[in-house]
Amino acid sequence: MNEAGASAAGEYMHVAIEHTLGDLSLRVSCALSAPWTVLFGPSGAGKTSILRVLGGLIRPVSGRVVLHGRTLVDTASGAWVPPAERAIGFVTQRPTLFPHMNVAANVGFGISGLSRRSSEERVVQMLQLFHAEHLAKRAPAALSGGEKQRVALARALAPEPRMLLLDEPFTGMDADLKVAILGPLTAWLAERKIPTLYVSHDVAEAFQTAADVIVIDRGQVEAHGPAQLVLASRREQLLRQLGVG
Amino acid sequence: MDQQAIFLTFRLAALTTLILLAISVPLGHWLAFSKAHWKPLVEAAVALPLVLPPTVLGFYLLVLMGPRTAIGRAVSALLGHPLAFSFAGLLVGSVIFSLPFAVQPMTSGFRSVDREILEAAELLSPRRSKILGRVLLPLVRPSVLAAAVLAFTHTVGEFGVVLMIGGNIPGVTRTLSISIYDQVQDFAYAQANHTALLLLSLSFLALLVIYRHRGNAGV
Repeated sequence: MNEAGASAAGEYMHVAIEHTLGDLSLRVSCALSAPWTVLFGPSGAGKTSILRVLGGLIRPVSGRVVLHGRTLVDTASGAWVPPAERAIGFVTQRPTLFPHMNVAANVGFGISGLSRRSSEERVVQMLQLFHAEHLAKRAPAALSGGEKQRVALARALAPEPRMLLLDEPFTGMDADLKVAILGPLTAWLAERKIPTLYVSHDVAEAFQTAADVIVIDRGQVEAHGPAQLVLASRREQLLRQLGVG
Repeated sequence: MDQQAIFLTFRLAALTTLILLAISVPLGHWLAFSKAHWKPLVEAAVALPLVLPPTVLGFYLLVLMGPRTAIGRAVSALLGHPLAFSFAGLLVGSVIFSLPFAVQPMTSGFRSVDREILEAAELLSPRRSKILGRVLLPLVRPSVLAAAVLAFTHTVGEFGVVLMIGGNIPGVTRTLSISIYDQVQDFAYAQANHTALLLLSLSFLALLVIYRHRGNAGV
């Protein structure tokens, strides 16, 4: 595994995973040279597992996880960085808001080290980013699916993470709404140079949003590079893998 | 009605409930999420009072608290009197006897929390106390209520353990259930009926509170 201690010019983050859990064996080592990188591949390829290992939600039986030169997990030495100390935002397909807190409390939950006033201002900023400031006092149960996902994104970004992981968060969402969310989201992430790994099955979405694509199959990186080049060179294979060819 | 026994019983039940809540939250949390291979041992020990005859538990506690064991002698030296046949001894016995009634609802409550909600909290806060206080405990509120009500009512109604380790000392260890026993022995059925009716009403009210709250919480 190549471990990047320091970032190369134009490199956003270096991800290195060696992970074994049951039958799944992941071997991933790549430099994220774009702010928004799509993880692409068939079901069961290990895309979600990569995100969960990075986020610290899966503890590997054996292996190592190195993020930008920082060892997060090393089963040999017993090193383990808890999920919240990794400063990684994670949004899944099913937004799981804290049901007993209103929207503002949900968004503010992960903010630390700020005064109460600054924390409240951050919450308002994040809600404004996703056009959700009018939802601040509402309970999660009173929100639509799209509204819940916007709040989940605001909550993940509020602590200003060093990396964002998105596991198909826009599946089943209206196309207009998806564009309305993606625009400000990608701009905000690019401005702060926060690298994002985004799992998607949608080829069109990958073309629209990604500068880089990583194709994963059976836990291995099959291809990694600019979206147009990777998708064009592997078009037939990708369509077959995704069941549309 | 035996006013002294009413006061003593409710004091005992309130203190037992407070102690059990303090124990059952961390213990229930551990039992719900721990992957320790010796967890079944702890689960079996916690559940033991459910299947053990109260007199058996009372007998062993009586022996343990007595002067024949090192623990009994140490506690006796510390308090200045033996634990057996005292209110403090009654309290220890009640906490042990009602332990599963508080721990099991808490464990079930923690286990029922959506795994993804817990993961979201763990990603956002490194402080376990914040996750417990602001996410987990509010979500298991019906379980906390069930644990408190069951611990309280079970303590109010206990007989065998109380009689074994506390005896029947008015104002010190005579609880309502022992008072009923005494009244029946004295053929004072009207008095026994009043006391029994109080316990029956209390038990029914407790169950009503639990089921009503569960219905409102949609549990």
